[in-house]
Amino acid sequence: MISISFRRRATDRIMKTLFLLSVFLVILPLVLIFFDLLWKGAKELKWSLLTDLPRPVGEPGGGIANGIAGTLTLAGLAMAGGIPLAVLSGIYLAEYGKGVLASLVRFAVDLLAGVPSIIMGIFGYVLWVLPMKRFSAWAGASALAMIFIPIVVRTTEEMLKTVPVPVREAALALGIERWKTTLFITVRTASAGIITGILLAMARILGETAPLLFTALGNQFWQTGLDQPIAAVPLQVFSYAISPYDDWHDKAWAGAVVLILMVLVLSIGARVLTRERN
Amino acid sequence: MNSRGNIKDFLFEKTTSLFALCVLALTLLLFALLVRESLPAIRKIGASFVTNTTWDPVLEEFGALPFLYGTVVSSFLAILIALPLGVGAAIFINEFAPDWLKTPVSFLAELLAAIPSVIYGLWGIFVLLPVLRDYFMKPVSRVLGWIPLFQGPVYGPSMLAAGVLLSIMIVPFILSVSREVLATVPKVQKEAVLSLGGTRWEMIRIVIGQHCIPGIFGATILGLGRALGETMAVTMVIGNRPDIVLSLFQPGYSMAAVIANEFTEATGELYLSALVEIGLVLFFLTIVVHLVAKLILNRMVPEARKGAAR
Repeated sequence: MISISFRRRATDRIMKTLFLLSVFLVILPLVLIFFDLLWKGAKELKWSLLTDLPRPVGEPGGGIANGIAGTLTLAGLAMAGGIPLAVLSGIYLAEYGKGVLASLVRFAVDLLAGVPSIIMGIFGYVLWVLPMKRFSAWAGASALAMIFIPIVVRTTEEMLKTVPVPVREAALALGIERWKTTLFITVRTASAGIITGILLAMARILGETAPLLFTALGNQFWQTGLDQPIAAVPLQVFSYAISPYDDWHDKAWAGAVVLILMVLVLSIGARVLTRERN
Repeated sequence: MNSRGNIKDFLFEKTTSLFALCVLALTLLLFALLVRESLPAIRKIGASFVTNTTWDPVLEEFGALPFLYGTVVSSFLAILIALPLGVGAAIFINEFAPDWLKTPVSFLAELLAAIPSVIYGLWGIFVLLPVLRDYFMKPVSRVLGWIPLFQGPVYGPSMLAAGVLLSIMIVPFILSVSREVLATVPKVQKEAVLSLGGTRWEMIRIVIGQHCIPGIFGATILGLGRALGETMAVTMVIGNRPDIVLSLFQPGYSMAAVIANEFTEATGELYLSALVEIGLVLFFLTIVVHLVAKLILNRMVPEARKGAAR
C-alpha cells in the first residue's frame, strides 16, 4: 500500500473541487437564462402573441405574428437557395474533391464559417439594398444564406466521408453507375447526418439578428412582397428590448421565449435524429 | 452502356463541381464587395482610419481606433474569464465525472451554444447588468475606485459587462474543443502516472503539460474569434460610447456594434464607406484569428475540426 502524503491528497481534493465549481459556473447562466425567460416571458405569453400584429406602445395586447411569418419566410428563402448549393458542394468535396479547386473551396468554406454574421449583413446590403434602394426580404435571406451555406457544406462532406468505401465499391461492382451510386446509395446512407446538419444550420439562422438589421430591417405589418422590408422575431426582440417602455420589455421576453422554442425544437430534433441513427 | 454511363458520370461530377465553384465565387464576391464599398473611405481617410480616436460623422471625421480598442479589450476580458472555466469544466467532465453525467452536461453546454445572441443581450440588459452593477461594480468601485481599471462613475453598461456576457457565450466552444483535446491523450500515459502512485490532479497536470497546451491554446483562439465578431449581445450591454478609457467600468464601443447601430442611419457616401471599412478590418481580424486556430487544432487533433466547425 503506497501512502500518499496529506499535502498531495489535499491538493488533489482542492483541484477537483475547483473543476467541479467551474462546471457549475458554466451551467449556471443557462439555468438562469431559462428561468428568467419563463418568469419574465410568462406575462405576455398568450395566444394573441402568435396571431396578432404588433400594437403601438401603451395599447394592451398585440403580438409578433408577422415576425414569426417573416422569420420563417427568411429562413425558407435562405434554405431554398442554400440547401442545393451546399449539399451538392459537399458531395463534390467528399466524392471528387482531390484537386486544386477542392482545396480552394475547402479554404473558402473555412473562411466563410469564421466571418462574423454582421458582415454577412453588409454583404446583403451592398448586394440588394444599394442597387434597389430599398430594404427587402431578398437582402435578409441572402445574408442568412451566407451563414447557412458553410455549415451545411462542411457537415455534408463529413457525413459522406463516414460512409464506408466498401459500400460504394459494392454498388459499383454491381454495375451501378457512379452518379447513381453517389446519389442513391452514398448520399442516402448519410442522409440522417446531412439532415441533422441542415436542421442545426437552420436553428442557427432563425436566431440571427445582426445580419437582418440593415437588410430585412423589420416591419410593423404583414409583408406585402419579398422586395419589401420584412419583420423577424429576433429583430422584434431586439427593438422591444432596447425600447424605454416596460410593457415592450415584457413583449421582448415573450418574443424571446418564442424564438428559443423554435431554436430548441430544431436543435433537439437534430440531436434525436443523430441518436436514432447510431 | 459503359460510354453512356461515363457521360452521365462526367455530367454529374461537373454539375457538383459547378456548385462548389459557386461557393468559392460567393466568398470572393463577399470580399470584393467589402473592398469596393470601402474604397472611398480608404482613399480619403488613409491610414489615420485606424490611428485616429475621433469618430464624428457630422464633421466627417472617421477614426475607428475606439472601436478596435473596444472589440479587442472586451474579447480579451471574455477569454480571461472563459478560459479557466471552460478548461476546468472540460477536465472535470473528462477525468472525474461518472459516465452517466457526461452526456447531460455536454448537452447543456451545447444548449448554451444554441441560444441566439439577441437573447443573451436581452438577459444581459435586464438581469446581468443590474446584478453586476449593484453587487460587483459598486462595492469594488467604493473600495478600489482609485485603481485606473475601476475608476469613474458606475452606470452599468460597460466594457466589463460586455466581457462577462461574451465569456458566457464563448465558454461552450472552449469547453467542447478542450474536451476533444483532452480526449487525444493516450490512455496508457494517464495510467502510467496513476500506477506510479500519482494522484488524479498530478496525472492531469503532467498530461496537460505534456500534451494539451497547444490544443487548449487553439481552443482559446477559436473562442477569441467568436468573441471578436459577436454583435448583438455586445451592442446591448457595452454602452456604445466611442471613447478609449482604461476603466472597465466605463462604457465602450465595438466594431460590430458601431456597424449594427449606425448602418441604417449612415447618410452620405463617406460615412457608409467608413462603416464598411470597419467591417473589412473586422473581416481580416476574425479571419486571421480563425485560420490560426484551425491551423493549430488541425495539427493537434483531426477530430477537433468538427468542434471548430460549429
